[in-house]
Amino acid sequence: MPFKRYVEIGRVALVNYGKDYGSLVVIVDVVDQNMALVDAPDMVRAKMNFKRLSLTDIKIDIKRTPKKKALIEAMKVADVKNKWENSSWGRKLIVQKKRASLNDFDRFKLMVAKIKLVLHAQRAGAARQELAKLKNSAA
Amino acid sequence: MAPKTKTARVSRNPELVRGIGKYSRSKMYHKRGLWAIKAKNGGVFPRHDPKPKVSEPVEKPSKFYPADDVKKPLVNKRKPKPTKLRASITPGTVLIILAGRFKGKRVVFLKQLQSGLLLVTGPFKINGVPLRRVNQAYVVATSTKVDVSAVTCEKFDDKYFTKESVKKKKKTEGEFFEAEKEEKSVLPQEKKDDQKSVDAALIMAIEGVPELKAYLAARFSLKAGMKPHELVF
Repeated sequence: MPFKRYVEIGRVALVNYGKDYGSLVVIVDVVDQNMALVDAPDMVRAKMNFKRLSLTDIKIDIKRTPKKKALIEAMKVADVKNKWENSSWGRKLIVQKKRASLNDFDRFKLMVAKIKLVLHAQRAGAARQELAKLKNSAA
Repeated sequence: MAPKTKTARVSRNPELVRGIGKYSRSKMYHKRGLWAIKAKNGGVFPRHDPKPKVSEPVEKPSKFYPADDVKKPLVNKRKPKPTKLRASITPGTVLIILAGRFKGKRVVFLKQLQSGLLLVTGPFKINGVPLRRVNQAYVVATSTKVDVSAVTCEKFDDKYFTKESVKKKKKTEGEFFEAEKEEKSVLPQEKKDDQKSVDAALIMAIEGVPELKAYLAARFSLKAGMKPHELVF
């Protein structure tokens, strides 16, 4: 079981603790054994402990400590946003956020829709059984 | 001439430091125009004779003093205001009632009454909640709003909802042993008509939104995994 996601310059990581919780950042330099220099298009470059980062599969092509403009350019070239939103991890997070932001009315509509689906599936199943019975009796 | 609105008296001597003005006595004399007042009055500062004193009616000493000193209560000029309405509660908001006979019911808010209580209606046809008063503390405000511009609730106030005082009849011995005849208080037709008129406009607005009617008809309940402090209402 070798490691697949390494800490390297250009590795995209998810912040899992602290003020920037839930945001994607790029590792731009390594300070020492515990800390990395981390940057994102909408934040000031800062040190962050590795324990606060969850590495993702996405890696972008940058040199050590690029300028902000170069970083944004590289992120656009690598299409980080779309890759993240289409990955299963990214999609899960989006669904979680949506569920947490549901209104009481939205939750009600969701419940009604789920019940309708189940009923529909049941009716379809019952209809299929009836059809099979008729076919057998005709044959 | 219309009466001149009095402007507050402002000092013409700006303060440099606390207690020290910018201008000296002589400069201020000139600024205030005392020289002009004197000139108008012929070199002398105008003197006004004191007004003739209005003699106050002589108060006779009272003939009676109470034996003990009775303390007078302090004067209280407090005027109670209706409870501050939460910013999330506006006319047309759907509220969830948390306690009482209608707990869990989702209800439409109409207005806040003078006593601070909230005037609320089911509507009656949808979930059985009539025009009713509800305390703000026992209510969760959702972010769902219904259009109540077509509803007039001006005539409803706290007096409309007070219970009519029933005179207690003295029971004679015979009546004690009779089965208690409860006089059922019937809701007056006028109140039923009020309910209908308020609900008519509301129900039209509600049916315009898909699934809102079923939403209001259903009761709210916490299910497994729902954390009220994390829920967005």
